[in-house]
Amino acid sequence: MTSLPEQPAQRRLGLVIDLDTCVGCHACATSCKEWNMGGVAAPLTDLDPYGAKPDGVWFNRVHGFEAGEGGAGRTVHFPRSCLHCENAACVTVCPTGASYKRAEDGIVLVNEDLCIGCKLCSWACPYGAREFDEAEGVMKKCTLCVDRIYNETLAEADRKPACVMACPTGARHFGDLADEGSEVSRLVAARGGFDLMPELDYRPTNKYLPPRMNASPAAVPPAAAGEAIRPESKFLQWVDRLFSR
Amino acid sequence: MAQHRIDLSSRVSDEVKTTTCYMCACRCGIKVHLKDGALRYIEGNRDHPVNRGVICGKGASGLMKQFSPAKLRKPLLRVGERGESRFREIEWDEALGIATEWLGRIRASDPKRLAFFTGRDQSQALTGWWAQMFGTPNYAAHGGFCSVNMAAAGLYSIGGSFWEFGEPDFEHTRYFMMFGVAEDHASNPIKIGIGKLKGRGARFVSVNPVRTGYSAVADEWIGIRPGTDGLFVLSLIRELLLADQVDFAYLARYTNAPWLVIQDEGAADHGLFARDSQGRPLLWDAALGELADAMRPETKPALVGHYRLADGRRAVPVFQLLAERYLSPDYAPEKVAPIIGIPAESVRRIAAELAQAAFRGEIRIEQPWTDWAGRRHDHMIGRPVSFHAMRGISAHSNGFHTCRAIHLLQMLLGSVDVPGGFRFRPPFPRPIPPAIKPAGPAAAGQSLKGPPLGFVQAPADLLVDEAGEALRIDKAYSWEAPLAAHGLMHMVIANAHAGDPYPIDTLMMFMANMSWNSSMNVPGTIDMLTAKDPASGEYRIPRIIYSDAFFSEMVAYADLVLPDTTYLERHDCISLLDRPISDADGPADAIRQPIVRPDRDVRPFQDVLLDLGARLGLPGMVDGEGRPKYPGGLADYMVNHERKPGLGMLAGFRGAGGQAKGLGAPNPHQIEAYVANGCFWHDELPHEARYYKHVNRRYLDYAVAMGFIDRAEPVVLQLYSEPLQTFRLAAEGHGECQPPARHRARIRTFFDPLPIWYPPFEEQDSNAGEFPLHAITQRPMIMYHSWDSQNAWQRQIISSNRIYLARTLGERLGIADDDWIRITSRQGSVRAQAKLMEGVNPDTIWTWNAIGKRAGAWNLAADAPEATKGFLLNHLIPEFQSGEGTAAPLSNSDPVTGQAAWYDLKVRIEKCLPDEAGTTDPLFAPLAPPPGLPERAARIDFGRRFRPGSK
Repeated sequence: MTSLPEQPAQRRLGLVIDLDTCVGCHACATSCKEWNMGGVAAPLTDLDPYGAKPDGVWFNRVHGFEAGEGGAGRTVHFPRSCLHCENAACVTVCPTGASYKRAEDGIVLVNEDLCIGCKLCSWACPYGAREFDEAEGVMKKCTLCVDRIYNETLAEADRKPACVMACPTGARHFGDLADEGSEVSRLVAARGGFDLMPELDYRPTNKYLPPRMNASPAAVPPAAAGEAIRPESKFLQWVDRLFSR
Repeated sequence: MAQHRIDLSSRVSDEVKTTTCYMCACRCGIKVHLKDGALRYIEGNRDHPVNRGVICGKGASGLMKQFSPAKLRKPLLRVGERGESRFREIEWDEALGIATEWLGRIRASDPKRLAFFTGRDQSQALTGWWAQMFGTPNYAAHGGFCSVNMAAAGLYSIGGSFWEFGEPDFEHTRYFMMFGVAEDHASNPIKIGIGKLKGRGARFVSVNPVRTGYSAVADEWIGIRPGTDGLFVLSLIRELLLADQVDFAYLARYTNAPWLVIQDEGAADHGLFARDSQGRPLLWDAALGELADAMRPETKPALVGHYRLADGRRAVPVFQLLAERYLSPDYAPEKVAPIIGIPAESVRRIAAELAQAAFRGEIRIEQPWTDWAGRRHDHMIGRPVSFHAMRGISAHSNGFHTCRAIHLLQMLLGSVDVPGGFRFRPPFPRPIPPAIKPAGPAAAGQSLKGPPLGFVQAPADLLVDEAGEALRIDKAYSWEAPLAAHGLMHMVIANAHAGDPYPIDTLMMFMANMSWNSSMNVPGTIDMLTAKDPASGEYRIPRIIYSDAFFSEMVAYADLVLPDTTYLERHDCISLLDRPISDADGPADAIRQPIVRPDRDVRPFQDVLLDLGARLGLPGMVDGEGRPKYPGGLADYMVNHERKPGLGMLAGFRGAGGQAKGLGAPNPHQIEAYVANGCFWHDELPHEARYYKHVNRRYLDYAVAMGFIDRAEPVVLQLYSEPLQTFRLAAEGHGECQPPARHRARIRTFFDPLPIWYPPFEEQDSNAGEFPLHAITQRPMIMYHSWDSQNAWQRQIISSNRIYLARTLGERLGIADDDWIRITSRQGSVRAQAKLMEGVNPDTIWTWNAIGKRAGAWNLAADAPEATKGFLLNHLIPEFQSGEGTAAPLSNSDPVTGQAAWYDLKVRIEKCLPDEAGTTDPLFAPLAPPPGLPERAARIDFGRRFRPGSK
């Protein structure tokens, strides 16, 4: 079995994902695929890509579902990837030390050289975030683009996970959730960011922001309501008004 | 624990090239990273005005388009029967020789016997000009089955349109209403905008029978009954008028609300504007009590009342007619509620919310500006309500009027090109309608006298013969579809097959999957493509030339296939003369540059077109000696071609030194300048020119200097459309050019100068008892417009489609999730697997568009889910109205514009028998791959080569 870092990390890097603005375009999913198919966990093998059952490795998948009934319900687009848990059972179940959580920033990674493909980690992860590469025989997962975020060959502004860089509605945010003053922590505080399945006590680093319920503007029906006004009287009202060209 | 050594600072790429995305029609700026000469990854270009650095799910799948095994490899000549997909590979010289021979013969005899239709390409500035030079009026792109209702309604009303020609002011709007499916165009700008406005707490209301896509994040979803949006909007207008919640000052200043309309029933000018001797429209100056030039500033126009003209006849202001019509109880919320499926109280509340946001929420920007008349204003007033609409409105036979109704609502709220409202993207606004008119057929060996597509202003501009019958193969600009500004591509095959109005010789098409998801009545279309004349044994459509980069379903029906390149292999020109990529803050255009070299014997279609033009000796494509004028292909043309002196394909970096913009001499280094600038050019308007563009002196002067408009005259927004009235008058027996008897009643009804609502034609054509349900499609954001390669990543996200229906409907009909059901229309029947859901109008079923593929096409396995379970609603959509008892049925189109009425479809559904379950039906015979197509990869893992530390 593998140990988690003894001390909680000084930095807890992760994502804050806004379910209020995710439109389900899959930009995060394919941008992730595109970056990571050539990154530190490369390849992200696709099997039978033009056949009856195309099936590949994706670190980020977007699910769509409905909540509630009829018009009162909602359609939710829910991007799912590794949450880089504080209490990462995928690490503690790993028999070889292949799965580990970095002490310096909390990112959970897989050392493929040590992975024996036993899949215990994927059974341990309640979020379904692990991805087994059948062709390679090893487990893979979201790296939080560790090879981007520290990459000194990239411009500072580009040192973010590919999914965050891509998101057209700005629904994905990256930062240090251990720093209460960080932009992501402030977002979580302001918007009621929540943990997925907190009752399991995996203490995910990534947070989700709930849909905002924008109240309708205080709807004062213009003038009195509708039928009280006689259409014919409108012309008399308007005829004396003076407008300018 | 062993140390896991990972290289965190591995060099990502050794070369980064910018270009323009083409995974859909949005045209974002991208940066393509190459490592060791291979494509590594594609990201958004932060500097680009369209996407500001973001990229969508399609754009980030671009690599897989490049790696598609469906890429055509060499020109192909048919050897079997059409549709058998049997070809032999030929050399380019032979292919171009054949095409030159076919086309040369046509041009020398009767040029209109070439029908040249391009699909969803973005090279219409070239292809339209080529058709003009060739001499065939039978040219259009795919706009007739896509966007023409939106384009025409906008350009005849406000001088711009939704589509890609304008945008909501996402920075300032407080209330945003989106109508129908809109996940198709301006993909990333709208997503960026929705993110922004929701972040600011603005309210987003989505009107769509289906709650997916953008509707999923709307604050309010209105599950309207399909095809009734126009009635909903007119009811909103009634409520606003009743409550006095319209912007009278805006109407008086910037619209034709005060223009006087002649009231002389039966006269040849009834319903036209009263004009002075110079032809200037008149208004009634209420302060002076006299007629006045409506274009004169500082008058005090009356908006209502009845006035006498100099000749003693009666006239009333436009606003009087408008108010009389829409105050009618016919538009009362209670009256419309049962039709639109929205409770009356919701209609009232939304009207109130609009008024609240527009007027109580008025914003003021401390930005001085000068209007067209030279009057200085020290600030800009904003009405922060905005609207967007696209396919959901467009694809109905009442879409033109519905779109006009939305524009009317915008004008009444004073929210056209004001802060917080809808904003024009330059080169719009344009004069209403734009001055360019469509040109009719040319004599043998001659070019057209003007471009084949344009805007008619009156019946005399129609392309009809002396009997009033169509001169174009698609019957655009005939009495069937007078304002068909984009042509009617969806009718070309049916009309050519029928020889109505005449037979053609060659159909040449580019990127148009007309034997599959781009046609109505697919089985019937396939029959027409393969039908032979029994007497001669020749095909009814004798020759088909087709260009595509991929093995699409249409390839199998071509006689000669000219294989195109991918978007990463060629130059392209995203021109202001075509479909601009400007934003509201300034005009923009862009290019594509080749990122990688093709690994097969293919050529860019636009280069091929210029080559063919030179071989045919077409004017403008050869020099005085008959040598090719643009031997460098499109890259040569887009730099050196001039439409008129100084006006070329690209507006940026013109002039000898590259310093000129808009107008300027060709710059031999223009492409280098674009590449150095990220493959785009964007000009920032000065702040005082950014709103009120239709009447803003600074903007209008700028637009003239740039060559966008000819004169710096105000664009008066047209609530009341005089061109429509001229058609109505013709139908009433006035004027030189009158419709044949069978069209008179239609023209009279549908050319109402004020927006009307009528039930979509299929409501009348399909017996409501027999076909009680509406059937429509939605646009899958991950696939829309990029299904032309069935790329390996996108198809992992969606490779088959379900038919979705309301849970309540399913329960009533005994249909459960996963059941197979049969969907039947008056045209045909298709089998699909059901999925029940909550967020759908209870009388509507829907599916994702264009997921179904024909077995064997796209080099997919024959048992791919796209073919076995994926299906098209196209099979059910008739291309003609039922037209009982008439010799020549009308196309299934909007009667004003000819826009294909895809979403009018009415159906019934029933559960299949158990032995029918498992696959879709009809299942078409699998297509054999053309020669040369590679084996499909069983595995994709080429990214391994990029892994840091890998050798």
